[in-house]
Amino acid sequence: MPILEGKGVTKYFGGLAAISNVDFHVDQGEIVGLIGPNGAGKTTLFNLISAALALNSGVIRFKGEKISGLKPYQICRTGVARTFQSVKVFPNMPVFGNVSLGSLFGTSTGMSSADAARKAMESLDFVGLSAVRAIPAKDLTLANQKRLEVARALATKPELLLLDELIAGLNPAETAQAMDLVTRIRDKGISIFMIEHVMKAIMSICDRIIVLHHGEKIAEGTPQKITSSKKVVEVYLGESVDAGS
Amino acid sequence: MDISRFTSKRSVLSGSAILIIFFLLATFPLYSPGYTVVLLISIFMYIIITVSWTMFSGPTGYISLAPAAFFGVGVYTSALLGFVLPLPAVIGIGGLVSFCLALLVGALTLRLRGIYFVMFTFGLVELLLHFILWWEVNITGTTGRVVPTVDNTTVYYLMVIIFAILMLTAYFIKHSKFGLALQSIGEYEEAAAHTGVNVTALKTVTFAISAFFMGAAGATMATRWTYIDPRIAFNPLLSFMPVLMAIFGGMGQLYGPIIGAAIFTYLEEFLITRFPYYYMLIFGIIMVVAILYMPDGLVGLLQKLWKRISGTKYADT
Amino acid sequence: MIGKAQEAIIMVEILDIVIAGLLMGGIYALIAVGLSLQFGVAHVLNIAHGEFIMLGAFVTWWLYTQLGIDPLVSLAICGPIVFIIGFVLYRTLFTRLRTSSPSPAAFEGNSMLACFGLLFIIQNVAILIWGADIKGYSYLAVPVNLGGAVFAANRLLTLGFAIIIGVVFYLFLARTRLGKAIRAAAQDPAAAGLMGVNINQVLALCFGFGALMAGFGGTLISISYKIQPTMGLEYTVIALIVIVLGGLGSIPGSFLGGLLLGLVGSIVTYIEPGLSLVAYYVIFMLLLLVRPTGILGK
Repeated sequence: MPILEGKGVTKYFGGLAAISNVDFHVDQGEIVGLIGPNGAGKTTLFNLISAALALNSGVIRFKGEKISGLKPYQICRTGVARTFQSVKVFPNMPVFGNVSLGSLFGTSTGMSSADAARKAMESLDFVGLSAVRAIPAKDLTLANQKRLEVARALATKPELLLLDELIAGLNPAETAQAMDLVTRIRDKGISIFMIEHVMKAIMSICDRIIVLHHGEKIAEGTPQKITSSKKVVEVYLGESVDAGS
Repeated sequence: MDISRFTSKRSVLSGSAILIIFFLLATFPLYSPGYTVVLLISIFMYIIITVSWTMFSGPTGYISLAPAAFFGVGVYTSALLGFVLPLPAVIGIGGLVSFCLALLVGALTLRLRGIYFVMFTFGLVELLLHFILWWEVNITGTTGRVVPTVDNTTVYYLMVIIFAILMLTAYFIKHSKFGLALQSIGEYEEAAAHTGVNVTALKTVTFAISAFFMGAAGATMATRWTYIDPRIAFNPLLSFMPVLMAIFGGMGQLYGPIIGAAIFTYLEEFLITRFPYYYMLIFGIIMVVAILYMPDGLVGLLQKLWKRISGTKYADT
Repeated sequence: MIGKAQEAIIMVEILDIVIAGLLMGGIYALIAVGLSLQFGVAHVLNIAHGEFIMLGAFVTWWLYTQLGIDPLVSLAICGPIVFIIGFVLYRTLFTRLRTSSPSPAAFEGNSMLACFGLLFIIQNVAILIWGADIKGYSYLAVPVNLGGAVFAANRLLTLGFAIIIGVVFYLFLARTRLGKAIRAAAQDPAAAGLMGVNINQVLALCFGFGALMAGFGGTLISISYKIQPTMGLEYTVIALIVIVLGGLGSIPGSFLGGLLLGLVGSIVTYIEPGLSLVAYYVIFMLLLLVRPTGILGK
């Protein structure tokens, strides 16, 4: 049973269809990649799932229940968490505060402050940031800020995690750490839907890949099927693709 | 909240300091000249409005220009109910009406971009003025109302009590998960919403709580003006002064607005007696200067100074 | 069954209301376009806008009562004076704020608060120069008969000038190089800067033009209404509602919205005088509930 499912999802900006009649699904325990050239609508799709934007038509279901139409905080509490393409940590709050916001507000049943603090520390340990928990988030490196966003998302006890370009801007060592983190998250039982441009990373850890172009789904399948698809290669010709370094 | 925070040495020290201050405040009228009590009443009025304003607008960054409206609602409640109910009830009702009005304003505007909130709250005092003027002229036929006078000492104690309740409320909000959430709204509202914070509800309720205290202060202060008409009750200057005081004092900590309020109340008294034709001008200039050169207020300036002296820096993170 | 005579009376009443609405609406349109220039393009929510209107009104009054200068001629004097004040303010205060504010949102907040300070500065200066009392003068207060409805010539003149100013400004925006630069800056300041537009200059000019509109509005208001130094606040609030009605960021929307709101005000005043601002706020609330982007907003 898919944990996340979208049917006929469409979004217009003015007269332009940013997302056009897209069907997608993520199965429980999968890591699904979402790729496509710049402007294909990947982040828009994430925004529709997390309710940062409202759909024009279609429906999105999480664990069988319709979530399109809910507010962002409600979607978070049902178990869908996300990170952002441009990192949105709370700059002047300490790292620990950033994460505890997640454990205090993001779960479907409230937690006592002691439990929430414990869950926040757990998340910080999991991503490896416990040493800097008192530092204001703005003083972290980009790689650590991205990890902080993940920790904050994990503190909300999600069953599905939307990762928006987790690897962008990271050097090879940091990239490897990030990939490791993603696999460990999946090993905890959390399904993952991730947008990425770095092909090597996508191909190495995704079970399945969805390809968007001009707001439409043009291909879907295993990494092997996608890399050998003529259509996909054509779409990427002329685009600067980071084939992995 | 865990108890250990309250038993640390620093907490005991500041707790005792606060108790001593309150003892002094409580016994003040017994040994000081009447004029100082009057001045303190004004100072407390401004402290209450400024701290309430900062309670919401400080962490969230949503600049409310409505304090005068909520204060005026409180004043008018006193004017309407002053002879009908005992003063504490009137104060409570004044606060409650302001609370409800703020809920309405919040529900309307806080779902949208912050600029709508600013615009709506800016015009609110003028709207209420026009509406109540029309009502008084056409429906009730009065041009002004009389409020029962209350002696200064009683007013003083009432203000101290409201101040105390406000400080407790502000402190608990700030150090609770809601305080964290309010700050997250101010820093990155979209991310806060996606982390499970019901941003609209939290903003609206906090805004309403802050309005409650402004209304209560208004209802109390009304007793010092025996004659009230809509123009006296709804005075735009009373939206300007708290904002100025908070910005000048610094909005990061709770004591910033207190310092700002104390300084400016005294300054206002001084200027109104010495330069009655220039005080608006001077305060306007101070506001512009503060916006330009003191983005974090006096407290922020002092904190920066302190950091430079003690040389705190973080290792590579 | 309504007889011919009664029908005629109703027609005159309606004409009366509509033209009165346009008269007030013309002024609303002008001051709203001014605020829209300042907020939509220069990104300054100028809550002291009404004070610039007040300045225009008082300078006109002074020129007429002290020097006998015709108020319509004063348009050419007050306008530039207020324009220069606005331009200089932007070049000094707001440009400085733009560079020191950490983000565009912070600039919006800071500039608005700076305007809050300006509000009290300007009002106090006006009181110092002219005193706090209500002033007024009589100019062309002769009745004109339009199809049975009677209006004062000065108010009709006001509407005429408001329309002329509106049209001239529209042509300026659409046809001249500077006008195009302004529209470019409104759309995308960064891109406009890259295209060779001197952004600081253009934004300062926009702010100045916004003040210019306020000055014009003040002059026209002083022809038909009494004035006092505290008159500004109400006009600022009305201008704010109009730019929301017209759509934030749309200059033609503000013009349209102003005329519309004037019409509403006229109807409300006919039914229950004294409630026009309340009616405007009801419209404001409906907009917030149903369509915050306004009529022509993006």
